Amino acid sequence: MEKHFPKLEMKGITKTFPGVKALSNVSLRLFPGEVHALMGENGAGKSTLIKVLTGVYTKDEGTVTLDGKPVEVSTPLEAQNLGISTVYQEVNLCSNLSVVENIFIGREIIKRGRIDWKEMNRRAKELLTELNLDIDVSKTLGSYSVAIQQMVAIVRALNVKAKVLILDEPTSSLDLNEVQQLFATIRKLKKDGLCIVFISHFLDQIYEITDRLTVLRNGEWIGEYKTQSLPRYELISKMIGKEFIDSKSINENPVAENKGVSETVMEAAQLSKAGNIHPFNLELRKGEIMGLAGLLGSGRSELARLLFGADKADSGTIKVKGKKVHLNSPKQAIAHNIAFSSENRKSEGIIGDLSIRENMILALQGRQGWFNYMPRKQQEEIVDEYIKLLNINPPNPEQLIKNLSGGNQQKVLLARWLLTNPDLLILDEPTRGIDIGAKAEIQKLMVSLSEKGMSILFISSELEEILRTCKRISVLRDREKVSELENREHITQQDIMREIAGGVG
Amino acid sequence: MLKSRLFWPVIILLIILAINLFFDPGFFKIEVKNGHLTGSLVDIVNRGAPLMLISIGMTLVIATKGIDLGVGSVIAMSGSIAAMTVVQGMASDTSLTPLFMAIAAALGLSLAAGLWNGLLVSRIGIQPIVATLILMVAGRGIAQLITDGQITTIYYEPYSFIGGGYLFAIPFSVYLVAAVLGIALYMTKKTALGLFIQSVGANPEASRLAGINSKNIILLVYLFSGFCAGVGGLILSSNVSSADGNNAGLWFELDAILAVVIGGTSLMGGRFFLMGSVIGALIIQSLTTTIYSIGIPPETNLIVKAVVVIIVCLLQSPEFRQKVLRPRMKKPHKKEPENSLNEQGVKIS
Repeated sequence: MEKHFPKLEMKGITKTFPGVKALSNVSLRLFPGEVHALMGENGAGKSTLIKVLTGVYTKDEGTVTLDGKPVEVSTPLEAQNLGISTVYQEVNLCSNLSVVENIFIGREIIKRGRIDWKEMNRRAKELLTELNLDIDVSKTLGSYSVAIQQMVAIVRALNVKAKVLILDEPTSSLDLNEVQQLFATIRKLKKDGLCIVFISHFLDQIYEITDRLTVLRNGEWIGEYKTQSLPRYELISKMIGKEFIDSKSINENPVAENKGVSETVMEAAQLSKAGNIHPFNLELRKGEIMGLAGLLGSGRSELARLLFGADKADSGTIKVKGKKVHLNSPKQAIAHNIAFSSENRKSEGIIGDLSIRENMILALQGRQGWFNYMPRKQQEEIVDEYIKLLNINPPNPEQLIKNLSGGNQQKVLLARWLLTNPDLLILDEPTRGIDIGAKAEIQKLMVSLSEKGMSILFISSELEEILRTCKRISVLRDREKVSELENREHITQQDIMREIAGGVG
Repeated sequence: MLKSRLFWPVIILLIILAINLFFDPGFFKIEVKNGHLTGSLVDIVNRGAPLMLISIGMTLVIATKGIDLGVGSVIAMSGSIAAMTVVQGMASDTSLTPLFMAIAAALGLSLAAGLWNGLLVSRIGIQPIVATLILMVAGRGIAQLITDGQITTIYYEPYSFIGGGYLFAIPFSVYLVAAVLGIALYMTKKTALGLFIQSVGANPEASRLAGINSKNIILLVYLFSGFCAGVGGLILSSNVSSADGNNAGLWFELDAILAVVIGGTSLMGGRFFLMGSVIGALIIQSLTTTIYSIGIPPETNLIVKAVVVIIVCLLQSPEFRQKVLRPRMKKPHKKEPENSLNEQGVKIS
C-alpha cells in the first residue's frame, strides 16, 4: 500500500467553547485504504474533532487538506459533497421507512419530476450486494437487526461517493457475530481505498480492525501510533494520563488505618442482567470506599444501577446488612438506606426547573411521603446548612439548579443524598466535568463521610482519584468484573491499567 | 415568582373587562336583588365556574407533562347520569334522596373515568394524548347511552340548586370552585404533592431515581381531573335542568387547556400555576360574555376568540416580548410598556 501522502490531513486544529478549550493544536492524518482509530476517554475531544471535520462546528484555528488541497468545511452538507460521511453511534435512520427510502432520503433519484423508484431499488440492491448483503430493500428498516441497520447506514454514507467514512461507536449495540459481519464490510471498503475513522471503546476491536490510531486526551494531541506496535497497557496509559494533581489535602494513605473487620453493609452474589453486566460478586463493608475502575462501557454504571434497583437484575441475590432483599425500584433501595447519584447529571440527576432547595429535599421528602411535608422553615434550615457545608455557590436556596455550574449542581445532588443519611452511597462519576477545586472538595467529603461510617461505591475514570480515596478497587472489563485489588502502598496506576487492559502488555 | 407569572393574565383580564365598561357603563355594577348578588361580573364568575373547575384539574395533569382530552366527555357523562338518576328517583320519592343519589352517581362515574385515564397513562404507558382521546370519544357515547340519545328535562327543584342556587347571596357554584381550588392549593402547597408533581413533570427519570413513585402521582392527577370534570358536569346540567349527552361540555377540554396555558403553565410540564389557570378560565369566560354583550356577530365569535388567544399567548412568551417590545422601548421617548404592547398586539392580529 502506498502511504506517501495522506488522503486527508487535519493540522493544528483548535476549538474553544466559552470557558473551555475543547481542542488545542490537534492533528489527524488519514491515508488511503486504512482504518484509523480515534482514541480517548470521554471529554478527550474525539467528537469535537469529528464535528469540526464534518462541518458541524467551525474551527478556530488550523487547516484541513483533502487530496493535498486545502478545504474549508463549514456545513455538514459541504462535508458530504467533499466525500466525508459519518455514521453515528445511534443509528439515526427512520426505522418505519423502507431500506430504499432510508438510503436515498433527501437525495432521491428524480426522473421527470417524479421519484424513480425502479432505479432507486436497483441502485440500493447494487450497493448492498457490494457489501455482500442480500436483503429485501422494500421492507421497513425496523424489521432488520441492528447490525443490518448499521450496514444500511453505511451504505447510505457510501452512496455519496465517500472518500472518508467516519464510524462513531458502530459496534456498541452489536453482538459478536454482528460485529464480525460489520468488520467484513469494513475490510472490503478498506480494500477499495476508503479512509475509515473508527471510534470505539472496545479495545479488542481496535486491535482487530485498525491499522493506526491517534490518541487524544483533554483536548490535546498525544500521538499517532501503529496499532500493532503499541501495547494495550501503553495505549491505556496514554488515554488516561498519569498526572497527579495536588493531593496534600486528601487522605494520603487510605489503607493505613485498618480497624479490623467491620460489618458488611451490602453483599451481591452472582448478580447479573443480560446484555448489561455478567454475574458478579461484591461485598461492601461499613466505612469503606470501594472504587470501580474500567473504561467507559465496561459495565461500571450497569453494576451500580443493579445495586440501586434502577435496573432489575435477571439473576443473583442482594443482601443488605445480612438480610436478603429485593431491589426492584430506587424507592425500595432508598428504603434500605442506599443512595445513588447517576453519571448523567443532567438527564438523571438534576430537575432543572426546580430550585436548589427543591432539588435537595427531593429524595428525603420522597422517603417521608406526601403528607409528612417538611415545614418550609425546616427545609430552609437544612438547605442552608448544606449550602454552607458543601460551599455551594450561589448560596441562594431559591436559585434554579439549571443556572448553576456543573460542580455546584453535583454538590446539590450530593446533598440530596446526604440528607437521607445513607449507609451506602453510590457515586457514578461525581467529579466528571467539574473544575479541579470542586473535585478536590468532593473527594475530601467522601473520605470524611467514610470515616464517619458511610460506605461508598465510587466510580471514576480517573485512576489517581480512585487510588487516592479507595480502600479496595474492583476492575471491570467488557461488562465483567475481572478482579479486585487491595489498595496497598505499592499499587500504582499502572497495575490498575494492566487489569483494565486484560493482563496484556 | 408567582407575582410576575400572574401579571400578564391579570392585565389581560382587566383589559377585557375595561372594554366592556366602554360599551356598557353599568358593567361593574353589582346589586343585591331578592337577596342575590347580580351583575355582569357575578355572571362571569358563575358561568365560568365549570371551566375554572376543569382548568384546575387540567393544570395538575399538564404539570406532569400529560394532557386530559376526556374532560368534555366526563362532563356529559356526569350530567347525564345525575339527571337520569334524578328522573328515576323522583318517581318514588320527593325528598332530597334523589339529589344525593345523583351526586354520588355523577362523582362515582367521573372518578371511574379519571381512574381509567390514569391507569392507561401510568400503568400501561400509553401517551396521554392518545389514552385520553379514547375516553373523549367513548365517554360521549356512554353519555348518549345513559340518556338514550334524548335531551331529558328535569323538573326537580333541589337539583337546579347546584348550578343555579344562591347561598348567602352568592351563587352556589362559586363555593364549589372555592372548595375544589382550596383542596388543590392545600394538597400542592401544604403537602409534598406539589413538589412531586413538578419533579415528575420536569424530569421523570431523575424523579424515579430520587425515589418518587411517579406512577401513583400520575394516576392521582388524572383521578383529580376526572373529579373536577364531574363537578363541572353537575353544575352545567343543573344549570339547564336537563341532560344532554350529545352537547354538554363539548370542546371544554380545549378551553381548559387554553386556560391553563394562558395562566402560565407550560405544556412541557414542571412548574404549574393553579391561580393562573383560574384567571385563564375567567379570561375565556369574560371573552365569551363580551363577544355577546358588545354585539359582535355570533358568526365571528370563534375567530375573535382565536385572535385574542393568539395575542395572549404571544404576550406570555418572553422571547416574543424581547424581540418585539424591546426595540420599541429603546425609542427616545419612552412609552409606557403597556401602551406599546397593545399597539403591537393589534398589529400582530
